[in-house]
Amino acid sequence: MDPEWLEVGHLEDIPRLGARVVRTPQEDIAVFRTAGDEVFALRDKCPHKGGPLSQGIVHDRSVTCPLHNWCIHLDSGKARAPDEGSTVRYDVRVENRTVYLSLSPVAP
Amino acid sequence: MRQKLVLIGNGMAGMRTVEELLKQDSDLYEITVFGDEPHGNYNRILLSPLLSGEKSLDDIMLNRTEWYAQNGITLNTGKRIESIDRKRRVVIASDGAETPYDRLILATGSRPFVIPIPGKDLPGVISFRDIHDVEAMLESSRTGKHAVVIGGGLLGLEAANGLMKQGMDVTVVHLLDTLMERQLDKPAATLLKASLEARGLRFLMQARTEAFVGEDRVTAVRFEDGHEVPADLVVMAVGIRPNTELATRAGLYCERGVVVDDTLQTYDPRIYAVGECVQHRGETYGLVAPLFEQARVCANHLAQYGIARYEGSVTSTKLKVTGIDLFSAGDFSGGDGAEEIVMQDAAGGVYKKLVLRDNRIEGAVLYGDTVEGAWYFQLMREETDISDFRDRILFGRHHLGDSGHGGQNQAVLMANDAQVCDCNGVCKGDIVNAITQKGLFTLDDVKTHTKASASCGSCTGLVEQILASTLGGDYESPEHKPMCKCIDLTHDQVRAAIRDQHLKSVRSAMDFMEWKTPDGCAACRPALNYYLISTWPEEAADEYQSRFINERAHANIQKDGTYSVVPRIFGGETSPAQLRALAEVAEKYDVPTVKITGGQRIDMLGLRKEQLPGIWGDLAAAGFVSGHAYGKAMRTVKTCVGSQWCRFGVQDSTRMGIELEKLTWGSWTPHKFKLAVSGCPRNCAEATIKDFGVVAIDSGWELHVGGNGGVKVRATDLLCRVETETEVLEYCGAFMQVYREEARYLERTAPWVERVGLSYVKQRVVEDEIGRKALFRRFLDSQEIYQFDPWEQRARGVDEHEFTVMRQVGG
Ligand SMILES: Cc1cc2nc3c(=O)[nH]c(=O)nc-3n(C[C@H](O)[C@H](O)[C@H](O)COP(=O)(O)OP(=O)(O)OC[C@H]3O[C@@H](n4cnc5c(N)ncnc54)[C@H](O)[C@@H]3O)c2cc1C
Ligand code: SF4
Ligand code: FES
Repeated sequence: MDPEWLEVGHLEDIPRLGARVVRTPQEDIAVFRTAGDEVFALRDKCPHKGGPLSQGIVHDRSVTCPLHNWCIHLDSGKARAPDEGSTVRYDVRVENRTVYLSLSPVAP
Repeated sequence: MRQKLVLIGNGMAGMRTVEELLKQDSDLYEITVFGDEPHGNYNRILLSPLLSGEKSLDDIMLNRTEWYAQNGITLNTGKRIESIDRKRRVVIASDGAETPYDRLILATGSRPFVIPIPGKDLPGVISFRDIHDVEAMLESSRTGKHAVVIGGGLLGLEAANGLMKQGMDVTVVHLLDTLMERQLDKPAATLLKASLEARGLRFLMQARTEAFVGEDRVTAVRFEDGHEVPADLVVMAVGIRPNTELATRAGLYCERGVVVDDTLQTYDPRIYAVGECVQHRGETYGLVAPLFEQARVCANHLAQYGIARYEGSVTSTKLKVTGIDLFSAGDFSGGDGAEEIVMQDAAGGVYKKLVLRDNRIEGAVLYGDTVEGAWYFQLMREETDISDFRDRILFGRHHLGDSGHGGQNQAVLMANDAQVCDCNGVCKGDIVNAITQKGLFTLDDVKTHTKASASCGSCTGLVEQILASTLGGDYESPEHKPMCKCIDLTHDQVRAAIRDQHLKSVRSAMDFMEWKTPDGCAACRPALNYYLISTWPEEAADEYQSRFINERAHANIQKDGTYSVVPRIFGGETSPAQLRALAEVAEKYDVPTVKITGGQRIDMLGLRKEQLPGIWGDLAAAGFVSGHAYGKAMRTVKTCVGSQWCRFGVQDSTRMGIELEKLTWGSWTPHKFKLAVSGCPRNCAEATIKDFGVVAIDSGWELHVGGNGGVKVRATDLLCRVETETEVLEYCGAFMQVYREEARYLERTAPWVERVGLSYVKQRVVEDEIGRKALFRRFLDSQEIYQFDPWEQRARGVDEHEFTVMRQVGG
């Protein structure tokens, strides 16, 4: 099935090693940008106690939740061991520095 | 193709190196391990409890054979390496099989020393080194009755205790007149001997063994004076020698041990050596803590980071005989210029001795009450000047105030369901289980596996104690605690590099120090950023993405992801107009909760992030600036009404507080920083639990430092008295500046003052007038740059992206 790609903004709108939020009626989606300009999107809810992952510190391909320091892998949405749990992931595509997001969640 | 790494010696140091290496880079090498014992890797330290029956074989395994397979390591057990051909770069096993290597680690441990006397090869005469020896001892204890242990050192006593627990009748033979002479002085050794005798051990002191008697098996031990003691088993525990045989045969340079440099390389740079077989800077080590440090450095080098160096270790010892508390560290022999502090209660079975030189601990012997051992050891390694609490030091740190890592003595007594880490709700039992089941050794391991001490850190001391008591007394906190997993350097080393190398950005600091991770982590990035801006306030750029969300958004994130806002109320003094403005703003933004804080301010809780710039704009318009309640920064100045109103006030504490707050607001510090000013010694503003406290007296002001009303309450130390307000401001700025420049990130003033000593702080801030003025100058210079209102800027649109969503879809 061809996912529906939604244009959400420019790569430059997201700070390097930072994140921005795309708000949908269902939920907030955090869109992350790594130091190497890779872009990932996760449900903006930590699998631990629902902390806003978009507000965490981004390093390499992961983000540390601002509430209790769980570390979540951006590419899988999974918590780094030994913590267990995962959050929903969304597909992202960057073309000509424009960021497209698919709103169909990818099961963890 | 991957390089080939071969490890000879499947023991504690070698396998620790491999584990560390896997953590740093698991793909670099194809690893092959040789061990001549028939087991996986086990915890040799726990052989004593294995012998005494307190632990089972299963309890002491560190890595089972499956683990090796899972990690792609080829394990050869029961296979001895006979020689190394360095030209062809192969190792040759006893069955002739050859295995090539690109890099080789020697970790062959040591050999028990065997006294060369007749009968030494008789069956029944053994040493105490590996599982095989323990099995032999257990076997003998089932059939025989009498055991003789030669050697009254650590190992000998542990063996004797174990055999006694197995029901044997044990005699310990010692050449000298004191037991454990390398660790204990006479009084402590005497106490030890008495309590071991009370448990049923027999001692023959100053006895020279002449021969072991027997035909097919040992039956007795004969002494020089001709008398004999019956023995079905003889355990020789008279010392160990580094096992250098293989290395010598391969032509590697050896003295007492295989000689290595600070990267653990031998004279052949392809060959590393770690553990007991090693001689480093003239020293050999027989305890695991230093070997683990070696392992870490060696792995770092093998992983081609090459930034860590091993510089030697200071060690301490504990005796693992249940019910006997004994601790010793360093050099306790005294001698010229050394002083001793001694506490002796022979009837109560307690003895404590500290040997000092220039008010620094050089050695310690504790018997009967060892709860402070870890603390003394830390003071010793950090070479802390103890003159400030010398008179109380023997009574322990809880008599000093307890802001640091308190709770040394609690661990053993604690019930398993007692909560240790209040932040993450971790109980003692969880920690103990994780340590035993997962084979954890370090605080870091415990942190990642249990979360204990992973948050505020106030339970760190307790967790270390639990680690120590669970591992059976073999744990020592590492000498140099690295900043985090991303780098092997300590906070102090990182800070020094930033200063010495003139590093100005997080990126250049990471590149220069060869960070192991691409962008660090949530622990080191904020620390690095702080070190940069505090060292080079005028030159380093404050790096936005390295700040925790609170500081990035200039408001406190709360549990539900909303924020709270605390405007500054200078000195806690307000006016109807200000209150009205606050009330109006709170109503306008529909603030769910308005609360007076403990620091005399007003907290507005429950704001959504996008509301922040708006409310800040309104607050700024009413004359408020940010209270920095979210930052590792100067927070509040609490005051009482002082001489303006109070019957007792001798000075105007409110005005003093306002002046101080005007001076210091907006400054970033290693951790939050609080002040208070009281108008008289009744101290209604509680200035003596603040980082910087001021108490008015008739003749001027008393300045206090290092107080903490938080997790661990600590009253301040008196810094000095001054007469004028100008002096108060200057001393305060100077104090904050030393703290800012020298404390570790997230170290509050209380533990910092304890670590560096009050005398040091006095010397910098009080005695050295020129230095104080220079510190104050630097404080003011930094304030030139950092004293601005972040709220006002953001209300004007700075960092707008932080407060707006990227895109709103539907809804
Ligand atoms: C009973 C006992 C109690 C102890 N208690 C404590 C304590 O409380 N605290 C503490 O800190 N330390 C203690 N120690 C010391 C600690 O166990 C050692 O310091 C540590 O194990 C040394 O590690 P290593 O890797 O250098 O050597 P080992 O752990 O001895 O490992 C060396 C391994 O290499 C193998 N080997 C040697 N040559 C070859 C070869 N040619 N081919 C193949 N394999 C080979 C050996 O058989 C051995 O398995 C204790 C030791 C003993 C024996
Ligand atoms: S500290 Fe002294 S001056 Fe201040 S309120 Fe209390 S009694 Fe009055
Ligand atoms: S909510 Fe993310 S770590 Fe707890």
